Amino acid sequence: MSSSPNSRSLFGDEPEAGSPLEAPARDQPLIVYKDVGKQFDGHVVLRDINLEIYPGETMVILGRSGSGKTVMTSMLVGLHVPDQGTITVAGTDLSELESDEDWRDLRLKTGYLFQASALYDSMSVGENVAFPMEQHTDWSREEIAHRVQDKLSQVGLEEVINLSPGELSGGMMRRAALARSLALDPRLIVYDEPTSGLDPITVDEIARLMRHLQKDLGVTSVVVSHDLRLTEQVADRVALLEEGTLAFLGTFQEFGQSSNPEARLFLHTKEETPK
Amino acid sequence: MAEHQHEKDSLVTVIGHHVVAFVDYAGDMTVFCIEVGRSLVFPPWFVRETIAQMYHLGVKSLALVLVASFALGIVLAMQGLKVLTWFGAGNYIATLVAMSVVRELGPIIAGIMLAARGGAGMGAELGSMRVTSQIDALTVSAVNPIKYLVATRILACMLTLPLLTVFADLIGILGGLVIGMTQAGMSATSYYFLTLKYLELRDILPGIAKTIVFGLIIGTVSCYHGFNTEQGTFGVGQSTKSAVVVSVLFILIADVFLTKFTLLVWG
Repeated sequence: MSSSPNSRSLFGDEPEAGSPLEAPARDQPLIVYKDVGKQFDGHVVLRDINLEIYPGETMVILGRSGSGKTVMTSMLVGLHVPDQGTITVAGTDLSELESDEDWRDLRLKTGYLFQASALYDSMSVGENVAFPMEQHTDWSREEIAHRVQDKLSQVGLEEVINLSPGELSGGMMRRAALARSLALDPRLIVYDEPTSGLDPITVDEIARLMRHLQKDLGVTSVVVSHDLRLTEQVADRVALLEEGTLAFLGTFQEFGQSSNPEARLFLHTKEETPK
Repeated sequence: MAEHQHEKDSLVTVIGHHVVAFVDYAGDMTVFCIEVGRSLVFPPWFVRETIAQMYHLGVKSLALVLVASFALGIVLAMQGLKVLTWFGAGNYIATLVAMSVVRELGPIIAGIMLAARGGAGMGAELGSMRVTSQIDALTVSAVNPIKYLVATRILACMLTLPLLTVFADLIGILGGLVIGMTQAGMSATSYYFLTLKYLELRDILPGIAKTIVFGLIIGTVSCYHGFNTEQGTFGVGQSTKSAVVVSVLFILIADVFLTKFTLLVWG
């Protein structure tokens, strides 16, 4: 069902003193969903999800709109809490984290790219990227400015540092938001629909960035998407959600050969999409 | 008979729904206030953000407050002059305007103007941030949004409104002066003298002090509605409207109790 992922660097390679996050052994999963269930107002969104994500792996969670993908990943940073089951990240059971202080270490080591980018409107692009550094480090202004420049150059946006988010195109907004989520050198990045509404060329640019982060920096990635073009380029493994349950888990090649009806439907729809 | 019973049931149902909704609202608001209270007491405190909010609320609301209080001073003087003239006491328009403005109308007009401009702004801004996931982005950046967005704005309202009220008081009196000079035939000196003759610190300070409570109301109500926005852009509109309407209503209700309290304490 699942193939062996490439183990790279571990989440919490350099854990802070007193951090609740202990680095797992390299062959141990970084993230474990165990029998996770969630419902809103009686409507079941996730049911008995069991999934393991390994350090350095890029896991793409595919599924139709409303299949529970975003809820599943937002649980990793405490935006939603499972009704049933447990989620463990780097050995820490997330149900034990209650206060903001408890969540702090995990959130500082996790970058989260929102579907709507969620750049702060009242700040320039540069200020958006600088914000996490200003809040959580004692770096000097010069050092922060230097790092902001560095992060923006990683995503190819040095020239828009003084623009406001409203002046950016959709693709630029995603890249600026990615630069912000990289501000504190996270070990895990969650991408929520990073390419929705973008043209194929920009999709390829985003995919290139994601591959760079994974291969060169060893970042573990969880990607929510229904974009097969992106999935093909970045996924080590694919998890397919169907009405809140895990319908398929395997590599992209295995996904392409799967006889699972939902997987076939996904692939079939892609083939029929006019170019 | 059955139809009458059905209407009665419907009425009871409607009232019941409203009561439940009100209790729900009050409960949510209480929990929100407790969270904000905790944020104000325990560090970190976002001083720079608070000062930035004071600038946004204070400086940008000042012109509105000045125009409104000047107009209010003029209208108050015109109406007051008519009544005082019946008793041959037209000169005392200066005292009437000063007392009315510093004890009541200055604080109220400053509060309503801040609710209209600043409260609407806060409701809309936080509402937009909610529907575009910017508040969630703060959370996942390990920044407490209640501390960073809400506590700073509430504190800014509480610190800014008393300052705006001082300006509202001064300009309201100036509005009265214009009418005193043009319609009551008073000189600026005599108007000034009669303004200060009966005005004491215990008339001025309670009026300014109660605007701290008005600021607390505006900040809390506006941030509550913005922070809890639902239903996308439609919800942002609703939050903005609620921020202003509920703030103004709560200010007027609170003023009844605060006025009674200040009269008991300072006379």
